[in-house]
Amino acid sequence: MIRRLGEVAFAVLAAACGGAPQSPLNPAGAEAREVLTLGAIYTALAVLTYVLVNTVLVLGLRRRRRTVLPEVPEVAPAEEDERRLGRKVRNAAIVTALILAVYVGATWAVEAHVTSSPSTRPITIQVTGRQWWWEMRYQDSVPSQTFITANELHVPVGRPVVMLLQSEDVIHSFWVPALNGKKDLVPGKTNRVVFTPREAGTFRGQCAEFCGFQHAHMAFDVVVESQDAYDAWVAAQRTPAPPPDDSLAARGQQVFLSKACPTCHAIQGARAFGSRGPDLTHVASRQSLAAGTLPNTRGHLAGWIVDPGRQKPGTRMPPNPMSGEELEALLAYLEGLK
Amino acid sequence: MSAPALTQRDLLELKRTWDTPRGFWGWVSSVDHKVVAIRYVVTAFVFFLLAGALALLMRIQLAGPENHFLSPDLYNQFFTTHGTTMMFLFAVPVMEAVGLYMVPLLIGTRNVAFPRLNNFGYWVYLMGGVLMFAGLFSNTGPDTGWFSYVPLAGPEFSPGKRVDVWAQMITFTEIAALVSAVEIIATVFKQRAPGMTFRRLPLFVWAMVITSFMVIFAMPVVATASQMLAMDRLIDTQFFNPAEGGSAILWQHLFWFFGHPEVYIIFIPALGMISAILPAMVRRPVFGHRALVISMIAVGFLSFALWAHHMFATGLPEGANMLFALTSGAIAVPTGIQIFCWIATIWSGRPRFQVPFLYVLAFFFLFIIGGMTGLLLAAVPVDLQVTDTYFLPAHIHYVLIGGAVFPLLGAITFWFPKATGRLLDERLGRWSFWLLFIGVNLTFFPMHVSALLGMPRRVYTYLPGLGWTLPNALSTLGSMVIAVALLVLLVNVARSLAAGQVAGDDPWHADSLEWTIPSPAPSYNYAVIPVVEGIAPAWERSESSPYVTGLSTTVREVLLTSVEDVEPESRHEQPGPTIWPFVAAMATTGLIYGLIFTVWAVPIGAVFVTIGLIGWAWPRRGHSPDEFAEHVAAITVEGA
Repeated sequence: MIRRLGEVAFAVLAAACGGAPQSPLNPAGAEAREVLTLGAIYTALAVLTYVLVNTVLVLGLRRRRRTVLPEVPEVAPAEEDERRLGRKVRNAAIVTALILAVYVGATWAVEAHVTSSPSTRPITIQVTGRQWWWEMRYQDSVPSQTFITANELHVPVGRPVVMLLQSEDVIHSFWVPALNGKKDLVPGKTNRVVFTPREAGTFRGQCAEFCGFQHAHMAFDVVVESQDAYDAWVAAQRTPAPPPDDSLAARGQQVFLSKACPTCHAIQGARAFGSRGPDLTHVASRQSLAAGTLPNTRGHLAGWIVDPGRQKPGTRMPPNPMSGEELEALLAYLEGLK
Repeated sequence: MSAPALTQRDLLELKRTWDTPRGFWGWVSSVDHKVVAIRYVVTAFVFFLLAGALALLMRIQLAGPENHFLSPDLYNQFFTTHGTTMMFLFAVPVMEAVGLYMVPLLIGTRNVAFPRLNNFGYWVYLMGGVLMFAGLFSNTGPDTGWFSYVPLAGPEFSPGKRVDVWAQMITFTEIAALVSAVEIIATVFKQRAPGMTFRRLPLFVWAMVITSFMVIFAMPVVATASQMLAMDRLIDTQFFNPAEGGSAILWQHLFWFFGHPEVYIIFIPALGMISAILPAMVRRPVFGHRALVISMIAVGFLSFALWAHHMFATGLPEGANMLFALTSGAIAVPTGIQIFCWIATIWSGRPRFQVPFLYVLAFFFLFIIGGMTGLLLAAVPVDLQVTDTYFLPAHIHYVLIGGAVFPLLGAITFWFPKATGRLLDERLGRWSFWLLFIGVNLTFFPMHVSALLGMPRRVYTYLPGLGWTLPNALSTLGSMVIAVALLVLLVNVARSLAAGQVAGDDPWHADSLEWTIPSPAPSYNYAVIPVVEGIAPAWERSESSPYVTGLSTTVREVLLTSVEDVEPESRHEQPGPTIWPFVAAMATTGLIYGLIFTVWAVPIGAVFVTIGLIGWAWPRRGHSPDEFAEHVAAITVEGA
């Protein structure tokens, strides 16, 4: 009910500002909904308090208006009046303390709930933050069923998800506002965030802790889909890349393997084992490039490969000058990695 | 007030004794708290304007999506320098500086205790600021944020000298802050005018004392932490390197153990300023002197128990998160009590809507917004949605501009005549007030919106289609309005200095002691030390009010009083102006600048610092016990 307030606020803001794919006001997960309810209650309370206090102030200002100088100051105001004022201040302080006690209690209750371990068997995904992209490792009790992807998560509606958060360089923060609050990825420790998606759709996430040069371009997508679609996606991700299906793509694979690409990138099934950059086994299946920076289209992919620093100055990926023919072939190969 | 028998000759002698020597060397060696403090205030405002200019450039960069006005490299240096400057070079020092200027005047003494240390503190502070901006202008501006989280700020991910500049700048400002804290505590404890008991101590002075104690507990922590960071970078200690058994989280604990009290170190003096302005503006003493003092002390203590609410997202144990949510909520109670006391004051007073009062009123409308968003940030699950988004800049600017800058500008308007002898222009003052009020809201309110649409802080640009364009454009527009407001303020100050209305001793018909002496205050402050009989000494004094005689007119003497009963104890001769604190400050500067590059700067620099300190402490003239007895004997309270 109260959450409706938040949703109405969202509708107004989103309409005024032209859409908002990354907003905690538009929750699609059980935890984010609960937090929005709490936040909406507190905001209502805050607005009420603000209006109340400042109304009393304004009434006080209008009460005895004098502008003539010099006035004789009331050095020692009447004790009776002072006592009456004192009682009012004391009562206001008691009310403040009571409201705050309720506020702290509610905070504790919701906090305990949104961080509790899921009762059903969760999907466990290990996220590693890198300057400036995300490595996603889907864990499985059968080690060979584990697979790696980058900058894009797929999760089914209704299943709890446990994210295990790690970093190999600096501190990052994993945040998908539609699903739950953020948690930092801190080198030397593993943090945990739990969420349970309730609605299908694509939601944007972004690094929330300043992590250097390209902190601004460290985003990712979360695709929440039906269990069937999810199962199909997982099956596809577990399959190694198919061999190139035409001569142009075969030439592209040759370009990929003969240039610097495999130093950093892996392609399962193509003898490319680098791990400093995103795994490209299914790069063509992703919605965006360069950690949510560019839509995954042929033109953007070409521009990104040749001169990544143009779109993302300071990126760890070096420029890759190559002939038009080579680029053409490479693009054909990469676009086949569905 | 009463006019005790001091001849014109006595006054001239006093002036000759206390005046700062002329010329450049006189200027650098001054021990007059007013000369040093005004320098401090002006320097702090210069840094404020520089950091504000950086903010304006950042706002231009963020005016629209995918803007190329600033490179990420420049943007990161700008936002780090902006935050660091505002916190370390403007907000804390300017509050200390106003304290150093006003505390001796408010408590009826002729100078601060340790006047040479005061001069030393200023030069150290200045050189810290010079380091920061020299770094920025030579493309060595710090770029890891004003809290420089490791490992990003560590040697591996921030090679070069940028972070070293940041870490050593901290050292300068911490020395300066500690120095002024010690001065203020000693001055208030030992140099109050007789009769000014703690129950009668002006609330602004209380605020400065509480702040100074907080400085003494908080600043050494950050000075140590920043040296640990510097050592990690310079000599490969591994305090903060997880790969070598260090901890990235440890830095955050150390930094915020200082960093949260820091906010209150800025805020509590501002609370004192409100209490100082209110009586004159509503024609009665502030309601609830004792409640306000206890509340400020409570805020001071509690502020040391909140630091981990900056770290909810780092994955602390749930129990810790909940504890810090409790303490963060609890601090709203003493803060609320203060607001209620002021409203009670206004409610039972007769308000006069002059510019200082407008700034006080704006406090309620701006600060309470920041206070309320603070409660959202203390609620752990809500915090995890809004922390590290634009909610944070919105919150901190409402708290620090509404809670500290507005009261500060009110206090400066209020005390400007005491410092300069002239009033600021009322009409221009209203213009700059309203422009600032509108500009601040237009800049920072839309940031709540961009935050709730998901915009993280510290991004140099953003993509279109996320809904952030409109609120960012509004914020940029607002920042321009703030710039205009500050320009009007500067024009007002310049015009009023040159040709403002002459103020007279007491232009506001105010309650506190400083309004009983001429404007601008003479170098010796008080020709005779008054005896205080109540909470509003300027309103209570009459021809027959008592005063102290027996202080020398030819020697720099201040009256020492007992801590609790504030009875006269002795005359204390203060040291005069000398170049040595300046020399020691420059030697300290050389040491710390050198430490950016080599650890050898410590032993070599120490030699020069020691030379400076020896010169400073060189004995001139000893006091025999007889002389001391004489010092005590001459004091008499007359007219009581």
